[in-house]
Amino acid sequence: MPRQLLGGEVDMGMIIQGATGDWEVVIGLEVHAQVTSKAKLFSGSATEYGAEQNTQVSFIDAAMPGMLPVINRAAVEQAVRTGLGLKAQINKFSVFDRKNYFYADLPQGYQISQFQQPIVGKGVLTIDLKDGETREIGITRLHLEQDAGKSIHDQHPSMSLIDLNRSGVALMEIVSEPDLRSPEEAAAYVKKLRSILRYLGTCDGNMEEGSMRADVNVSVRRPGEGFGTRCEMKNINSVRFMQQAIIYEANRQVDIIEAGGTVDQETRLYDPVKGETRSMRSKEEAHDYRYFPDPDLLPLEFDDAFVEKLKSELPELPDEKKNRFITELGISPYDAGVLVAEKEVADYFEAVAKGRDAKLAANWVTGELFGNLNRTGKSLSESPVSADALGDLIGLIKDGTISNRIAKEVFEEMFETGKAAADIVEEKGLKQVSDTGAIEAAIDEVIAANEDKVAEYRAGKDKLLGFFMGQVMKATGGKANPGVVNKLLKPKLDG
Amino acid sequence: MSDLTKLTIAEARDGLKAKKFSAVELAAAHITAMDSARGLNAFITETPEKAIENATASDARLAKGEEGKLEGIPLAIKDLFCTKGTLTTAASHILDGFKPEYESTVTSNLWNAGAVMLGKVNLDEFAMGSSNETSYYGNVVNPWRRQTDDQPLVPGGSSGGSASAVAANLAMGATGTDTGGSIRQPAAFTGIVGMKPTYGRCSRWGTVAFASSLDQAGPMTRTVRDAAIMLEAMAGFDPKDSTSVDMEVPNFEAALTGDVKGLKVGIPKEYRLDGMSAEIEALWNQGIEWLKAAGAEIIDISLPHTKYALPAYYIVAPAEASSNLARYDGVRYGLRVEGEDLADMYSRTRAEGFGAEVKRRILIGTYALSAGYYDAYYLKAQKVRTRIAEDFREAFKTVDTILTPTAPSAAFAFGEKGTDPLEMYLNDVFTVPASLAGLPGISVPSGLSSDGLPLGLQLLGRPFDEETVIRTAGVLEEAAAFDAAPTAWWRG
Repeated sequence: MPRQLLGGEVDMGMIIQGATGDWEVVIGLEVHAQVTSKAKLFSGSATEYGAEQNTQVSFIDAAMPGMLPVINRAAVEQAVRTGLGLKAQINKFSVFDRKNYFYADLPQGYQISQFQQPIVGKGVLTIDLKDGETREIGITRLHLEQDAGKSIHDQHPSMSLIDLNRSGVALMEIVSEPDLRSPEEAAAYVKKLRSILRYLGTCDGNMEEGSMRADVNVSVRRPGEGFGTRCEMKNINSVRFMQQAIIYEANRQVDIIEAGGTVDQETRLYDPVKGETRSMRSKEEAHDYRYFPDPDLLPLEFDDAFVEKLKSELPELPDEKKNRFITELGISPYDAGVLVAEKEVADYFEAVAKGRDAKLAANWVTGELFGNLNRTGKSLSESPVSADALGDLIGLIKDGTISNRIAKEVFEEMFETGKAAADIVEEKGLKQVSDTGAIEAAIDEVIAANEDKVAEYRAGKDKLLGFFMGQVMKATGGKANPGVVNKLLKPKLDG
Repeated sequence: MSDLTKLTIAEARDGLKAKKFSAVELAAAHITAMDSARGLNAFITETPEKAIENATASDARLAKGEEGKLEGIPLAIKDLFCTKGTLTTAASHILDGFKPEYESTVTSNLWNAGAVMLGKVNLDEFAMGSSNETSYYGNVVNPWRRQTDDQPLVPGGSSGGSASAVAANLAMGATGTDTGGSIRQPAAFTGIVGMKPTYGRCSRWGTVAFASSLDQAGPMTRTVRDAAIMLEAMAGFDPKDSTSVDMEVPNFEAALTGDVKGLKVGIPKEYRLDGMSAEIEALWNQGIEWLKAAGAEIIDISLPHTKYALPAYYIVAPAEASSNLARYDGVRYGLRVEGEDLADMYSRTRAEGFGAEVKRRILIGTYALSAGYYDAYYLKAQKVRTRIAEDFREAFKTVDTILTPTAPSAAFAFGEKGTDPLEMYLNDVFTVPASLAGLPGISVPSGLSSDGLPLGLQLLGRPFDEETVIRTAGVLEEAAAFDAAPTAWWRG
């Protein structure tokens, strides 16, 4: 089955070359994002991750008899913020429904969700592709719902254990249009969505802890034709697995169709160990959730002022920030994209660049800083070099105190010891020499010591200029201002 | 001492204040009455120790002049209200051994007002029934008997235990819940007053849910004044119930002015059913005459969608119930019957834990909400519900209150209506429309059937206008001068 995959980089998407021709992959995502809030969606219980089992459970979360849900205003605000961040329609009137099914970690026997009238309607998400290209992906809707608890099957020989800490935690389900055409686009979508949610502070985007997970819908079709039958893969919690699952699933579907079969609409499970998807339940076995409006809750209503206030408080989002970096700071689209992906990085960069050469700052952040962080496995917040410290270093380059090359050395030291750039330059005597007298003396020495090479140069071997530059720099311990050296060296060599 | 149990709440309140007797004496009298009335099977759980403890505290507060509005008044609590540390069953096997760690808002309000808890009273399982024949804890018996035979009669339902306890002077008042008539119909069957306030007036928090959009708690007492006193203590906005309404609770007792001059009373023609019993019709006409004589203006009105109320109710209520009862799954509390796997455990637990009527309603409700049937049943029923509410809204433009019979018959004998569920459901024909519209309603004992059984008249009002309902009920009560009482055969 493994066969060549084309495309992915450009917006023509992934094409599978089957035995009977090309197939286009169509992907839609349903991302479940845990709302950042102190309390659950309908109860006052805490939502902290990693707490001891069943310690964050109220009578409501455990669905004790007679318990009633009360909507958490903070969670509603987060959903509206997210909707605004996705440039989506905010529905001032929405309805909570019950989605009925039985499972041991679903205490109520239903999940409170939003079915026909979600809080957020159509919106758009711009994904960033390679080469700085972008593509707009439609958002179908965003709705609020409760999370279920957790079943633990491997702690007891004959019983399953239930942890209800997560029961009732607020989730946003963000549904995309079937606009994605390749695993790369799907990955870009998840990354961008995660970035926006983190900018907004509405979800921490932590996929390992499960606070962001995706249901992936995949179908294949002949380019230009109508949609094929889709399969849904549930609860994928890593971008890498998602891409693998899409590739496997798309190929599986092509194989079926090309062998004369038809794809069954079903829910499938991706097994990252085996790298394959397998059937969970068919359409016939699909639950009838018997949605109906939750009679314990009134429809959710708010006014324009509520939305406007939240809108006025929104932070600058990655797309706007990227634009500003490009147009106002002159950063390349690629670098701008890298710098805005995480708000923390963008903030760091802006602090470094403040009042300084922004392009130089961008180079240092994406180059030396990221390189050293990667090498040492540190996150930005753990960086021994603060934004101010890096800014000071750049200041020293800009005012000619040190050369770019010396600056790299200084940076290594700063990263190692956390010392200030100026101190290191001082201690080690790395200050750049721009004193023409001292440099002239060094040049004279080098010329005197290399008479043969001077002769060769004068005979026309121009390339030796670099050799002399190097020798002078070496003689000054690298501290000579290269510009000054260059200016003085050539006339002397030329005689 | 036994005379103490015959006092009304208002009389007992005054007697306690005047130190004619103590709260402990009052509680003790009722405990004795409970002891001698086990044959009625009104209580699922008696809490005499708690009653004495509460009463002792009441006496202390009375002595300091710090008494609440229901200080020292012994009450029975329908076993649908969660009571902290006391078994709460909803009359269902599935809640075996369930002792809540919390107290319902309504009962909290009552205890805060100084009331004394006698125990938890029987009901139809999960409040589903009109005869109290579906309780896992057995039938409740009506204290009343026909003059012609000694056949035990149903007390009505679902608040049958509440009704029997109050009618037999085992409690001065009892909480009830009314989803389609569960307070008003048993009140009528046992010759007491039962009031369902406006939906949203009493908090539903901590009350085991049957049908969330309909369930409403209310008082069951022997007089209208007592109902007013008790309702005032039960009611109030509760931020823990999103459907509770943030409105001031009026002084309901003060509404009893005895004056209905110029009050416009509507008589809905659709409630004159074909084949209506002559004595019910006669009672209704008598009620009209009484109010007319008191100076009220009688106006014929039409509530055109009345005939669709019962079918709509029997879609909406089971639909909500099917979902509300999903939490009784054997996983966290109550009954669990082990099985081979999770699904098997669910099946066995729910098969054994729920009675036939509850299962019937879960099935009906599940069906009504199923894909492909939702529009035809649930959605349609909700539309009918809107029309019914509109009917009332229209009517209340011209009238202040509506007078109807409470139930189509007097209490019947056990098993008499057991075979055909539809016949049983017809008991709610007069009470269901107001439930669907969320309106306040009261049943007032107004006369006796030819067999000597009590019959009730119902008054309905505008949303949150309980005061007009109470005022009119007071006038009706005075005119009817209903002073019949069952003979205490159960003490024998």
